[in-house]
Amino acid sequence: MSLFINFSYIISAILFIFGLKMLGSPATARRGNQLSALGMLLAIVVTLLNAGLDYKWIILGILVGSAIGVYAAVKVEMTAMPEMVALFNGFGGLASLFLAWAEYHQFLMDKAELPEMPTFIAIVTFLSVLIGGVTFSGSMVAFGKLSGKITQKAVVFTGQHLVNGAILAAALLAAAVFCANPGSGFGYFLFIVIVLISLGFGVTSTIPIGGADMPVVISLLNSYSGLAACAAGFVISNKLLIVAGALVGASGIILTKIMCKAMNRSLANVLFSGFGSTTAKSSGQGAQGEVRPASTEDVYYILEAADSVVFVPGYGLAVAQAQHVVRELGELLEKNDTEVSYAIHPVAGRMPGHMNVLLAEANVPYDQLVEMDDINPRMDSVDVCVVIGANDVVNPAALNDKSSPIYGMPIIETHRARTVIVLKRSMNPGFAGIENALFFGDNTRMYFGDAKESIQALVAQFKNN
Amino acid sequence: MEAVYLSFIFVLTIFLGFELISKVPSTLHTPLMSGSNAISGITLIGAMASLQTEIHGLSALLGTLAVALAAINVAGGYLVTDRMLEMFKKKETSSEGGDK
Repeated sequence: MSLFINFSYIISAILFIFGLKMLGSPATARRGNQLSALGMLLAIVVTLLNAGLDYKWIILGILVGSAIGVYAAVKVEMTAMPEMVALFNGFGGLASLFLAWAEYHQFLMDKAELPEMPTFIAIVTFLSVLIGGVTFSGSMVAFGKLSGKITQKAVVFTGQHLVNGAILAAALLAAAVFCANPGSGFGYFLFIVIVLISLGFGVTSTIPIGGADMPVVISLLNSYSGLAACAAGFVISNKLLIVAGALVGASGIILTKIMCKAMNRSLANVLFSGFGSTTAKSSGQGAQGEVRPASTEDVYYILEAADSVVFVPGYGLAVAQAQHVVRELGELLEKNDTEVSYAIHPVAGRMPGHMNVLLAEANVPYDQLVEMDDINPRMDSVDVCVVIGANDVVNPAALNDKSSPIYGMPIIETHRARTVIVLKRSMNPGFAGIENALFFGDNTRMYFGDAKESIQALVAQFKNN
Repeated sequence: MEAVYLSFIFVLTIFLGFELISKVPSTLHTPLMSGSNAISGITLIGAMASLQTEIHGLSALLGTLAVALAAINVAGGYLVTDRMLEMFKKKETSSEGGDK
């Protein structure tokens, strides 16, 4: 029977791999996800064939868990996806922690019949608990920040790195002693200490990271949740846990790398610098001049005359829930024989691909969504760029102001378009507290107001004329 | 020896994962993340297998909690990913007449 189960696990692994492969294109992605789900279903069914299972606990757990999961999946707003993914990362981490703990407790209780715990098992048990605990509490902090329950600002205090370093050192010390004698009562005490330290470390390592750096943090925690499952797989030597966990781990690492590259910062800089906690004082000069505000009517005439319009959405679009009206405006423009596309910066929003999902929700076809590297080379021929709730990702200082904190970050070069319309509530600087020279450009018109209301006004203008 | 063999699987899968994921376009990064949330719910089968009949009280409690948490990930993750991917449509289905 065990042979049959393990062979079925291979099939599950193949389905996971093909499922991820089919995520390579929007056309096949949905089928891919379903294939992956089929693989999971197969794994669950064959696991039930294991001898000597206590079904009442399994059924209870599955029923409660899936009910919550289904409810959350049906109810969640697309603008709240970052929060949901953060929460799910955390649950994954906690599940792995609990599994490792359950196994360890069971081992201690059965000790009379078993040989001493091998050091390898002790080490992977420790890793499972450490990664799982950090993933859980870190994700809860990320969730709190994303949903606005705690401050989005980076929380920094003097000696923070020292504190974090000391916590990590304490964890490693406890782990070393634990791995030397895992089977004793003292070993169990250390185990609990490690659990607590891991939970604490997740909090202290996530609070110094500010809101706009969340795409990196979520990706990283996503990776951790996979690695936690992987470590749990080592504990119970289950190959499918290792394969699936490693796939997720690799996925998170790649996303983290892409996000860091899109901000031109190293991972260490994102994790430790507390970026955004202090408003940048150095970049006062240069980004001054006269702002040219525009009325709804002005903007309407500019758009009406344009041959090509590129929308550049940012987190402000999600906050204002403006995705549907933007699509409506886009369709009106298309009817007016204007070429419309949407240029999306990799770190726009609060998680990778956030803007794409919002626009897809509003029925924008995915072939109108273009990436930064595709739009920049033909920016000179674009008539109008409409920047909605984006700031740092269109700041030309990243290209030409060496003193700017975001210097070197790749941006969507909207300032090269013939006309730029910037939708903004007020002249407050963006997340990083950096002045944006784009707003003072000769070809820039500022269209002040709430993004949703402003676009609605434009839509009304188009319909009336 | 088991340790070496498991580590082998781990390392090779990481490389496979790098190859697979680097081909996912940035448009699909959010579904990729929620989909991998679901896959990391694989802890579910480990937790299920740990719930043996002769299990001790605390282990049963922890195991059941692990099953429930992982099941949230599996059910919620796959479902919300499907919901999202359903919304990704090509041009002809959504805009009427205004092509090019």
